[in-house]
Amino acid sequence: MMMVPPRTHVSYELKDDVAVIRLNDPTSKVNTLSVQMQAELTEVMGEVWSNGAVKSAVFISTKPGCFIAGADINMIQACKSSEEVTSLSREGQKMFEKIEKSPIPIVAAINGSCLGGGLEFAIACQYRVATKSRKTILGTPEVMLGLLPGAGGTQRLPKMVGLPGAFDMMLTGRNIRADKAKKMGLVHQLVDPLGPGLKPAEERTIEYLEEVAVGVAKGIANKKVSLTKEKGFMQKLQDTVMGLGPVRKQIYKTVSDKVQKQTKGLYPAPVKIIESIQAGVEQGGEAGYVAEATNFGKLAMTSESRALIGLYQGQVICKKNHYGTPEKEVKKLAILGAGLMGAGIAQVSVDKGLTTILKDTAVDGISRGEQQVYKGLNDKVKKKALTSFARDTILSNLSAQLDYSSFKSADMVIEAVFEDINIKHKVLKEVEAVIPPHCIFASNTSALPIKDIAAASKRPEKVIGMHYFSPVDKMQLLEIITTDKTSKDTTASAVSVGLKQGKIIIVVGDGPGFYTTRCLAPMLAEAVRVLQEGVGPKRLDALTTSFGFPVGAATLADEVGIDVAAHVAEDLGKAFGSRFGGGNVDVLKTMVEKGFKGRKSGKGCYIYGKGKKDKSVNPDAEEILKKYKLAAHPAISTDSDIQYRLVSRFVNEAVLCLQENILRNPVEGDIGAVFGLGFPPCLGGPFRFVDSFGAERLVGIMKRFEDIYGNQFTPCQLLLDHAKNPSKKFHK
Amino acid sequence: MASMLLNSLRNCPVCPAWAVQSAARSLSTTVQLQAQVQTKSKKTLARPNVKNIVLVEGVRTPFLLSGTTYSDLMPHDLARAALQGLLHRTAIPKDVVDYIIYGTVIQEVKTSNVAREAALGAGFSDKIPSHTVTMACISSNQAMTSAVGLIAAGQCDAVVAGGVEFMSDVPIRHSRKMRKTMLSLNKAKTLGQRLSLLGSIRLAHLSPELPAVAEFSTSETMGHSADRLAAAFGVSRVEQDEFALRSHSLAKKAQDAGLLQDVISFKVPGRDIVSQDNGIRPSSMEQMAKLKPAFIKPHGTVTAANSSFLTDGASAVLIMSEEKALAMGYKPKAYLRDFVYVSQDPKDQLLLGPTYGTPKVLERAGLTMSDIDVFEFHEAFAGQIMANLKAMDSDWFAQTYMGRKSKVGTPPMDKFNLWGGSLSLGHPFGATGCRLVTTVAHRLQKEGGQYGLVAACAAGGQGHAMVIEAYPK
Repeated sequence: MMMVPPRTHVSYELKDDVAVIRLNDPTSKVNTLSVQMQAELTEVMGEVWSNGAVKSAVFISTKPGCFIAGADINMIQACKSSEEVTSLSREGQKMFEKIEKSPIPIVAAINGSCLGGGLEFAIACQYRVATKSRKTILGTPEVMLGLLPGAGGTQRLPKMVGLPGAFDMMLTGRNIRADKAKKMGLVHQLVDPLGPGLKPAEERTIEYLEEVAVGVAKGIANKKVSLTKEKGFMQKLQDTVMGLGPVRKQIYKTVSDKVQKQTKGLYPAPVKIIESIQAGVEQGGEAGYVAEATNFGKLAMTSESRALIGLYQGQVICKKNHYGTPEKEVKKLAILGAGLMGAGIAQVSVDKGLTTILKDTAVDGISRGEQQVYKGLNDKVKKKALTSFARDTILSNLSAQLDYSSFKSADMVIEAVFEDINIKHKVLKEVEAVIPPHCIFASNTSALPIKDIAAASKRPEKVIGMHYFSPVDKMQLLEIITTDKTSKDTTASAVSVGLKQGKIIIVVGDGPGFYTTRCLAPMLAEAVRVLQEGVGPKRLDALTTSFGFPVGAATLADEVGIDVAAHVAEDLGKAFGSRFGGGNVDVLKTMVEKGFKGRKSGKGCYIYGKGKKDKSVNPDAEEILKKYKLAAHPAISTDSDIQYRLVSRFVNEAVLCLQENILRNPVEGDIGAVFGLGFPPCLGGPFRFVDSFGAERLVGIMKRFEDIYGNQFTPCQLLLDHAKNPSKKFHK
Repeated sequence: MASMLLNSLRNCPVCPAWAVQSAARSLSTTVQLQAQVQTKSKKTLARPNVKNIVLVEGVRTPFLLSGTTYSDLMPHDLARAALQGLLHRTAIPKDVVDYIIYGTVIQEVKTSNVAREAALGAGFSDKIPSHTVTMACISSNQAMTSAVGLIAAGQCDAVVAGGVEFMSDVPIRHSRKMRKTMLSLNKAKTLGQRLSLLGSIRLAHLSPELPAVAEFSTSETMGHSADRLAAAFGVSRVEQDEFALRSHSLAKKAQDAGLLQDVISFKVPGRDIVSQDNGIRPSSMEQMAKLKPAFIKPHGTVTAANSSFLTDGASAVLIMSEEKALAMGYKPKAYLRDFVYVSQDPKDQLLLGPTYGTPKVLERAGLTMSDIDVFEFHEAFAGQIMANLKAMDSDWFAQTYMGRKSKVGTPPMDKFNLWGGSLSLGHPFGATGCRLVTTVAHRLQKEGGQYGLVAACAAGGQGHAMVIEAYPK
């Protein structure tokens, strides 16, 4: 007899005539539809179906906060061809078809994340019960990985939530909370999370969910609970309208146009999703399933999907603290400067339970800063993501003040004062006079080297850089800068605070502009030159966005602030010399003199109206550009040349940062560029771009530019090494 | 008592675990009781140099389902009836009382200091100051303990405390938008301004604002929270229905036996004389099982039948220093001894006040659970009572949430709410506390015990507990 290995991921027990099937992957924090999980599931379902005493079944995860988080990405990555992936998809489709056609009713009891393949699994079941826990989220995030729901999702979802709802879910990949899911028809019944009783809350909640699900399963089996819901008038109306061919055609067209406009044709997944849904709805089930599997296979082999998966995995890495547990947890944070940055940092700190002091030198400053924090939280109340009561409780963590009182109990101080080394030194000395010995001093500077700031410190091992991006509550990246003297514990603390604030963190070495600012500066210098050569801000924006940047270069300069850009350009120009040249810094300086500081002053490259999208080119700025007009070189001024002039300088500087050990690895380089600077996500970051585009090809293009503009386009040694040896890749 | 439990046990096909337990417990505790008469931790809670404060009398109007006979009254009418009843029972001169305190939850805006309006109307001297307190379902407990505080501090010798709630009419407001428009209208100077303000009124302005039934901090209604609490402690629907049935049956028995002597008759203007609570309705388990859940649908367990109902009613007690009471020739009913207020998480432990309050007040008094002869717990929901009993019986809960070494222990059911409770008698939020204390005093007199314990939960995650000592015969 053969020994059957014991099952580790799936177990089941009979509760009366209900088979309760429990999922738990002991090797991971989350359940995924891994090979092992699928094999055991198939085995268990076989046993359940062949057991005549079982009248219904319940699927439930015993893992807190996770039903099934999705398919196992490694499984897809291990495939060598699109055919292999297609057959994976076909197998998944078949497995879920069996569940859908199950002779006994199956109830999915969902607590925690139910995403991707997990959701496809759940919607194949006959009934879904979900907890109202904050952790319970449903969604099809495949599109964000450049893929599509490949196990029947594109076929079942339209039937379940209607065509518009299905498009919305699959094209945005957004997470849907339980109550919304109930309204959409994605789940049938909701269960409230319980508080503590005779055992811990989470444990009892899962038990309760199971009790309710078992009750429902029995009810369905003995026909007391109906699976078909009486349709309301609106539902019937919608069904009738959707039944009309021309209406559907119009929907496909509208959706396709919208996708084209937003992705600029750079992302293949949304198009394939529309195709697969359309195939199913218009040509029937089988054609739909085939289209889904084939498209899934095709998508898995695209460079876009690899780039997006790389970003996802990089993000997971950058959400961990690689520097150990800090000796003393930061509980009280003080922020100097209640400007846009300071208040933004305060906002993402108070709602994580950090006691936060916001200090400024003027009452007006504090008032503005406090209002910013309040508004940020109150906007969440308006969106019902927060109760007004929770807002007030969160705000009680904030104290705004003019003096240094109670700094003596601060665990960390983050300064966000004006970017001037003398002011930084002044506050550093003031702060060090009042803080306790263990307190960390972090500087939120975007360009000043941390070691220069630390030069004024009595305890340089406690000084670190924490570079946040504006707007702090929206931008996910935090760039942490360590000097030679920064202690490991200080780094661990800074990373731990950043993670608490919900940031994706890269830790880089010290130097002018660190990593992110240093990559951005040459690209902006090039952008200024392009503007001087007579390319208008609108065309410059169009060229950059069509390359994949979410924000055009001219708009980006306005958002960052022309004054900041001028400042950085000048500082880094001094530090790095002619390599950072290109456009004339005086263009920026003149704009600043005229008050065109970008979005914040209402005028920059553009003039900003009241509305969010209300902007027109600033004629006075164009006037300045005319004054500094340069002749364009026809040999390198095609649209594509302009794009590569901008991008190659960015990429070359990024590679140089790795060469100079400012960056520890290409992963952090990619994450920093995409999440901090908006490098095209479809390219996966500068390093993945070099890998997929080819270093040799890039070097070739750069040489062409180098001939005309000189060292600004000289490829760095590491890039040359990669060009010489095509087997060298930044990512394995 | 035990026979009642056994009866219900027989009637019920699904064996309710607690009934078995408590039946068994009641058997064992009866034995214990007899053995314990001499071994109480303390013979009295009187302390040297501490004033003895006594309950002289306690009365209440009949508690009626809201929307019934009281429906045309106002809250102060009910409070006045209770005060007049107290005056009548005690025959106390109208100017001897030093102070009057009332508790209420949903305030009638016209009589926001309902204590004062009721006192004036009841004929008390207009020289007696009065104030109104609010602390959700323990408002009249707060009124009484405020009175105790005034007497203990030597500021007063005789204080009337009470509570009132009137759910037949509640303040329903215009929407905030409408109120804003109306207030601006007051200030408008020209016809043009007025017209433009009137013109700004939209349909949305007209939707009214009901008084919040939900907890402000969590936006969760109490019934919903009770259902979750019951589920958290694994309290079944059957257990809840059984407890509710017990409450109604015991209340009916007490009413029929004339034990509810705190109830006064009240001639409602334009209506008949009311002299009995009208919410006591013993039903059957089968009947109760038919009801659908009221808050969590479709799988919840809290129903209309196992929850306390919306009630109109008022209560009043006369509290005095022992010396004063004796000097005036009164025979006090009981001593009011130690009391505590507790509060905890308003979301997941909203109704666990009794669990937290009971051990705390016992420790203060230096008593143990077995010293208590009479328990009167406020029954907000059957599920809430059962959850509290389970929490008190759990070592894990005591260790994890209460910082105790071991469980609190549960009150024996044969001493627990023997004359019915809020589920059956009704629960006028602001008035229940005085009913609990008066009932303890009356039960101690009737049943002959030494100590009684009152415990109650309240919105906001708060709670109260008080020890009451029998007055020597």
